[in-house]
Amino acid sequence: MVLLTEAEAKALLQKVLSYSKADECVVNLSGGERGNIRYARNEVSTSGSTINQNLQVLSAFGKKVGVAAIDEFDDASLEKVVRRAEELAQLAPENPEYVGVLGPQQYLKSAGYFESTAKITPAARAEAVAKSLAVSGNQKLAAAGFLEDYRGYSAMMNSKGLFAYYPSTNVNFSLTVRTDDGTGSGYVTRGYSDFSKLDTVSATKIAVEKCLGSVGARALEPGKYTVILEPTAGVVLLENIFFGMDARSADEGRSFLSKPGGKTKLGEKIVDERVTIFSDPTNPELPASPWAGDGQPQEKINWIEKGVVKNMAYSRFWAQKKGVKPVPFPSNVIMAGGTASLDDMIKSTQRGILVTKLWYIRSVDPQTLLLTGLTRDGTFYIENGKIKHPIKNFRFNESPVIMLNNLEALGKPERVVSTESNSNYLIPPMKIREFTFSSLSDAV
Amino acid sequence: MLPNSPVFGRSVAPEALLEPGLEVAVKKRLADAALNAAKAKGASYTDIRIGRYLRQFVTTREDKVQNIVNTESFGVGVRVIVDGCWGFASVVDAKSEAQTAKAAEEAVAIAKANARLIKQPVQLAPQKGFGEVSWKAPIKKNAFEVPIKEKVDLLLTVNDAALKNGANYVNSVLFMVNEQKYFASSDGSYIDQDIHRMWPTFRVTAIDPKTGKFETRSELSAPMGMGYDYLQANPSDKIAGITTRYNKGYDMLEDVTAAARQAKQKLTAKSVEAGKYDLVLDPSHLWLTIHESVGHPLELDRVLGYEANFAGTSFATLDKWKSKNFNYGSKQVNLFADKTQVGSLGAVGWDDEGVACKKWDLVKEGTLVNYQAIRDQVHILGETESQGCCYADSWGSVQFQRMANVSLAAGKTPLSVEQMIKDVKKGIYIIGDGSFSIDQQRYNFQFGGQLFYEIKNGQIAGMLKDVAYQSNTQEFWNSCTQICDERDYRLGGSFFDGKGQPMQVSAVSHGSSTTRFNGVNVINTARKI
Repeated sequence: MVLLTEAEAKALLQKVLSYSKADECVVNLSGGERGNIRYARNEVSTSGSTINQNLQVLSAFGKKVGVAAIDEFDDASLEKVVRRAEELAQLAPENPEYVGVLGPQQYLKSAGYFESTAKITPAARAEAVAKSLAVSGNQKLAAAGFLEDYRGYSAMMNSKGLFAYYPSTNVNFSLTVRTDDGTGSGYVTRGYSDFSKLDTVSATKIAVEKCLGSVGARALEPGKYTVILEPTAGVVLLENIFFGMDARSADEGRSFLSKPGGKTKLGEKIVDERVTIFSDPTNPELPASPWAGDGQPQEKINWIEKGVVKNMAYSRFWAQKKGVKPVPFPSNVIMAGGTASLDDMIKSTQRGILVTKLWYIRSVDPQTLLLTGLTRDGTFYIENGKIKHPIKNFRFNESPVIMLNNLEALGKPERVVSTESNSNYLIPPMKIREFTFSSLSDAV
Repeated sequence: MLPNSPVFGRSVAPEALLEPGLEVAVKKRLADAALNAAKAKGASYTDIRIGRYLRQFVTTREDKVQNIVNTESFGVGVRVIVDGCWGFASVVDAKSEAQTAKAAEEAVAIAKANARLIKQPVQLAPQKGFGEVSWKAPIKKNAFEVPIKEKVDLLLTVNDAALKNGANYVNSVLFMVNEQKYFASSDGSYIDQDIHRMWPTFRVTAIDPKTGKFETRSELSAPMGMGYDYLQANPSDKIAGITTRYNKGYDMLEDVTAAARQAKQKLTAKSVEAGKYDLVLDPSHLWLTIHESVGHPLELDRVLGYEANFAGTSFATLDKWKSKNFNYGSKQVNLFADKTQVGSLGAVGWDDEGVACKKWDLVKEGTLVNYQAIRDQVHILGETESQGCCYADSWGSVQFQRMANVSLAAGKTPLSVEQMIKDVKKGIYIIGDGSFSIDQQRYNFQFGGQLFYEIKNGQIAGMLKDVAYQSNTQEFWNSCTQICDERDYRLGGSFFDGKGQPMQVSAVSHGSSTTRFNGVNVINTARKI
């Protein structure tokens, strides 16, 4: 019952809507299964799986709106949840921001469901981990890792005949390898929609290489340095731009996209002209839902094009108020890059620092998007186009907006997992000048 | 790690949050079915948690209610040891003995399957059974009994006061949690507990239309292990000073009024000059520094490497503890763990593996003396009894080691905040928690705050902005020179502390009195984009 096909989901949603007596009704449905295996100190610590299904009903009488949800799908429960939403709507004050439901929509095609991932068994998870442990175990290192997979779907239908369905799968793998004496540490993470692409052996070799290579780190003076940010490091900074594209906050004057006098930076160049950040749910490397939770189509859209703010996200209410087309928050984000490999970028660097991972990123000033955090699990000094030696970790204080103005070069984008949000993105490695490191850390 | 998304259950009607859960006698029958089933299948130890988790969140902005969420989650988790290996299984909405017995059998099967992968069998510290016992949070007013309308009215009044006092925008939220947990184990314990938590929060934003600059100020409340009574502040709960701070009762309306004015004041406040300052840290701020630089590094599972792939490890390694002379802080610094502190988020009668809660020292007169551990770890510390730090955020999550309330003991000599400030030549007085970040071994940290006041020659000289301080844990705690006395002792805390993969949240308090740290590095965070 958990993973409904498109036809089954449609039938269930039609049944729920048939109980509705409200002016308008929207039903959102989702179901999925998550499995995981966790290990530390070279042995499995926990493993498990959870199954979830949820159905949420929004009922509206004029602008009075009520929402109720349920996780049981028998007929009595389904009717009960509709009645409950209607009761809550009758009791609710008018919501001036309610804009009514959408009519039927056309969606792009996006292939995000892979049988290889959907069929993962506990044995397959254990096998993937065993292969990884065999690599790190050979080197007498301490490995701690986590593999988590998901298969599920979401669907919706409303009283104006809109129907949407999207099944998807995902697997994230992460691994930290440390030397037994705690003087070296390396990390790797991989995210795919298709489990058959996950190669835990090659991933583990990267973590092992970083771990062994980070032993004997020397201290550099904090200050401004040219850095090469591997995608795993860069994405946790860029995410703060992605999450900050809301038009309402910008219009209200409380965003990095705000300007004095209630104006915004829409249409203005805010970063280097080589920066283009866009969304495309149909991208085969990063397939994503072609519709937003309220039924709006997710289209290919440029947020920042050649350094210029091209679009911001407008909720349907805010778009109506401002007289513009609504733009939902995207289901994926991609940053365009170049063709250079990470090695090419290192070779072209006279003096700089290779940052492979950043950790505990927190906002310091939302006005400038100033962030703080630290390097972790492998930071290296580059001289005359070569990695010279590992260096001790730094704390940084930097804004991704300033950083993208100090852009030197972009490499080839690759799919990465954010260590802050667990979301997957396509991000290039970036070479940045004058990146601000403010203090040293003794952490390994 | 802070912050995180809260865990939700299914949505229910607000009235459902007042319906009683299963009767204790029924829960005992369900538990016995699981205990017997696991034993019959070869488990050497079994525990079962029957949990009902109720949550209510009311969210508003300006004159609008944005969301009212009522959720209930009910289920059963069974944990066993078979062949020296843990196994865990859970089942949603289990109300029959057949269901709990089946979950126990599944847990046994998982333990048997995993047993071939372990190198060391589990060494579980012995624990006596307590028989049939219960514990109830000493609340005066159950927040779930207060009508939604009263809560909405409070928040809209709060928002109105903010707007009238100069705020351009205001968001306010009430978080309320009730955990009804029944624990039974093969040690002979049957423990019924009723836990309540409450957190009123807001954020006001003030904007200068000419410059386009904006500033915010968030609440000075603390999340508490209390009922709705936390929102009824008596005069004795208020700490007068440059701004009012709160102890066991919170005046949200008064705080938001001050916040709106202070957010406006911040717009024209002086930008701090970077350099070394003596810091005077209010408990509404210091709790977070304690949480990150003491609470987390002294979690034994981090020390051992179990969190290496996510939250990290710890600088406070076992050799430092074994040396008996690792200097964590100055002589004034006494840090303790306490799961019995009344009104705290972590207070319960027994933890999630049936250990009676207690208080113990972590750092005594500056020296590292202990960690936080659970039953399968304490043998590493040479102890025979667990400290009672086991917690799971749901019936469906496996319990593991979580932070106890970790607090800084008040100073023994009488000292008021005013007296402390009088003695500071060049300093900054920081109130409220702000930006925070610390490395994965808990050496290097950076903290912001809500309110910053410059101290010049013993006097408060005005408001500052763009302030953050950076330090190293050991250096920082060794720069502690003075701690105000018991009269100033207050709790702060986190409602959503995250740890583990998949991540689980827990709520934890940290107490302190206002404390002085000398010569700390302050940076200026102003930038132009």
